Amino acid sequence: MSTNAKAAVKPAKPSKIGAAANYADERTGMAGLAKKQIRKVFPDHWSFMLGEIALWSFVVLLITGVFLSLWYKPSMAEVVYNGSYDALRGLHMSEAYASTLDISFDVRAGLLMRQMHHWAAMLFIAAMFVHLIRVFVTGAFRKPREINWLIGGVLLLLGILEGFAGYSLPDDLLSGTGLRIADGLVKATPVVGTYMSFFLFGGEFPGDLIIPRLYIAHVLLIPGLLLALIGAHMMLLVYQKHTQWPGPGRTNENVVGYPMMPIYAAKAGGYFFVVFGITALMGGLMSINPVWRFGPYNPAEVTAGSQPDWYMGVAEGLLRIFPGWETSIFGVTATWSVIIPGQIAPMLILTGILFYPFIEAWITGDKSEHHLLERPRNAPNRTAFLAAMMTFYGLLWAAGGNDILAVLFNLNLNHITYFMRVAIFVLPPLAFWLARRWCISLQRSDEAKLLHGYETGVIMRSPDGGYSERHAPISAEEAYTLMARDEEKVYEAPAGTDLNGVAARKVRVMQLRSKASKYWFGDNIRKPTREQLEEARAHAEHELAIQDGHTNGHSNGHADGHSNGDGRQPVRSGSHAAPAAIEGRSSTDPGSSEK
Amino acid sequence: MRLLTARLSARRRSRFAGPVVLMFALLLTGGLYTALSPASADDATSSDTDTVAKGRELFLVGCSTCHGKNGEGVDSTTGWYGPPLVGVGAASVDFQVGTGRMPLAAPGPQGADRRHVYTDEEVEALAAFVASLGPGPVVPSEEEYSPDAIPEDEREEAIVRGGEFFRTNCTACHNFAASGGALPGGKYAPTLQGVEPKHVYEAMLTGPQQMPVFSDEVLKPEEKRQIIAYLRNLEESPAYGGAQLGSYGPVSEGMAAWVFGIGACVAFAVWIASHTARSTRKGAKA
Repeated sequence: MSTNAKAAVKPAKPSKIGAAANYADERTGMAGLAKKQIRKVFPDHWSFMLGEIALWSFVVLLITGVFLSLWYKPSMAEVVYNGSYDALRGLHMSEAYASTLDISFDVRAGLLMRQMHHWAAMLFIAAMFVHLIRVFVTGAFRKPREINWLIGGVLLLLGILEGFAGYSLPDDLLSGTGLRIADGLVKATPVVGTYMSFFLFGGEFPGDLIIPRLYIAHVLLIPGLLLALIGAHMMLLVYQKHTQWPGPGRTNENVVGYPMMPIYAAKAGGYFFVVFGITALMGGLMSINPVWRFGPYNPAEVTAGSQPDWYMGVAEGLLRIFPGWETSIFGVTATWSVIIPGQIAPMLILTGILFYPFIEAWITGDKSEHHLLERPRNAPNRTAFLAAMMTFYGLLWAAGGNDILAVLFNLNLNHITYFMRVAIFVLPPLAFWLARRWCISLQRSDEAKLLHGYETGVIMRSPDGGYSERHAPISAEEAYTLMARDEEKVYEAPAGTDLNGVAARKVRVMQLRSKASKYWFGDNIRKPTREQLEEARAHAEHELAIQDGHTNGHSNGHADGHSNGDGRQPVRSGSHAAPAAIEGRSSTDPGSSEK
Repeated sequence: MRLLTARLSARRRSRFAGPVVLMFALLLTGGLYTALSPASADDATSSDTDTVAKGRELFLVGCSTCHGKNGEGVDSTTGWYGPPLVGVGAASVDFQVGTGRMPLAAPGPQGADRRHVYTDEEVEALAAFVASLGPGPVVPSEEEYSPDAIPEDEREEAIVRGGEFFRTNCTACHNFAASGGALPGGKYAPTLQGVEPKHVYEAMLTGPQQMPVFSDEVLKPEEKRQIIAYLRNLEESPAYGGAQLGSYGPVSEGMAAWVFGIGACVAFAVWIASHTARSTRKGAKA
């Protein structure tokens, strides 16, 4: 490409895209709607893209799932396998399993699609978890986003159920073993258990109805619910606008980032292809659920290494380590070793997750809107609670794979069980305590940065021979970012009686709340006041001046090094690169500023 | 040549020079030894009584501490120190000693497949001695265990049937891909991948350690051979789906999803988010 001077300058033709857009607008009037959304601003941070992994893997699931449904036969009718896989030819099996084998061996790209579908399912739920962790640890579930938190929680639950249904469809040995456990969980329900099981399976397990039933749930019912809830989740996101990290120019009333068109659409759209590519690579390179090795389901068979997919691993672990308690009351057996870990505990965990935002809001008494994220360290109890929950989850997860751990690390299966039974009660509190202290220490470090500056690594020698490290003030931007957090107020319980001597109601509850609030905020490092900051600044300048007086010449570079870029300063994408878009946000009526 | 020596001498102070010279020296010594040492005497003509006598000598040295001088077992207050070997048969010895499980390397929940201490002839002699103590299962002939002995046209059906037997009798402990599984109390079912057909057959026949005995009434000899044929088919068939991730089932798959899947996705998210928008005006380059 040397030059284009030979061609005459012509007026640009109207672009084809423009013409097409015009065509569409004249007939549907989309422009009015699109005009507003097309400049929608999204803040830029890697952790804001974690939910997208879930979204895009869901798209991959839809695409590959449609492909699979073209060949899969949801039927438990018995057939004789005559496909290309030698080692199973001539065996009697269900049509579901035979068609899964056909997809794997006789349909072009079938195995790739099956494996992509399965890997994408694993990623879908994993991404939801990672997204949940991000939202939790940054406090993004606070008002006004509690509803979206609930939707997200339900999405997670539905995703797990959808995954379990899909796991059961191939009707191989693992599917059947998983269903048998589900059957056991249902049957463990006191009094009505067997009735429920017969109702679910249309008779005695396994019957010949469960696969068609699960199929409808897997391809119609749950995906429909998932789609609707994902729609609601994202509409709320658009309506409320995305949260952002605090920083210069970023307030609770605006959103700083890039507009949807052209930048964010390219980023998010490109990310779809990244996720698609990763699932395609995984599907092509790594074997997942090799159904031909498990063989058709036969209630008389079982295999070592029978585990559910990872997202059910916690339930599996709980079931595996629970002591075998059982009581018989009036001839009815209550199998606590299944009821508690299989029915009660998952419900408790789920309820805890769903209602956390309301519990925290009650403790903090915080009723204001939050669009700025909170750094994990600034909410030590929340972060610590997450650490404890993750420890709890991780332990049960490991317990779910206890036999694999035993084989791979030459451990004693029983010892793992005994260890876990104690550890799930001991280690989470320990993790809580550690994370909490860690957060508070980080708060101290922030305070030290604000009041004493950062450590430059320059060692100064005073005239009398003492050594000290020079601290230099942090940049104004960094200081602003550190200061941009809410001032906390410990909730004080009202006195037993008010001024008129009328006894206050619910005093006990209020006192409990006060105690909780005190624990919640009590150990936090208070934000420095304006006076403290100014004094610190004056002190730092004074100190620097003295030190510069003693070190000749080159020290000037250090003295103002912090302000002309010595590599320590955070580079703000919004301030120096392409101009970032800013969108207003009004707390009472979000979206009004765009009208 | 001069050039070569010059080059070599230029590198004589390299930090790899020492190891390289050492490697050469070792290769030379080893090569010379193999070339010059006398071939081991091959005397396979000794009679049965000789073999039993030889086996007894080996037994007294290597086995009698735990199993007693006549294989009668050594009892202790907490159970057998070493169980009696009368009637266990040659097949049992061939399996236990031939796979290196015996002599036991260390007391523990289960003897592991370790270094093979005895040569094939010595194992044979030990087996002959133990078999002389009382009748028991004999070492199977190749005809009995080798999948190659199955006629070509029946082999596929044998594999299918072997798979059914395997899934019904073996997978519960040994895993669907024969990659092994855990048992209570630190015991385990070892992997069957790479185990010799003869040893698999003998294990079924004698039920070593934690394993139940699958006698010829339970699993007929040809059914045992079918299982072995299925195992070999499992080993020889290509990894259709790609990397097998250890063939441990959903646990390793879940780990791969998190490490590779979520790992790669997050890495890309960081990459995408760290790139700011770059705008170039139209025609700025022209």
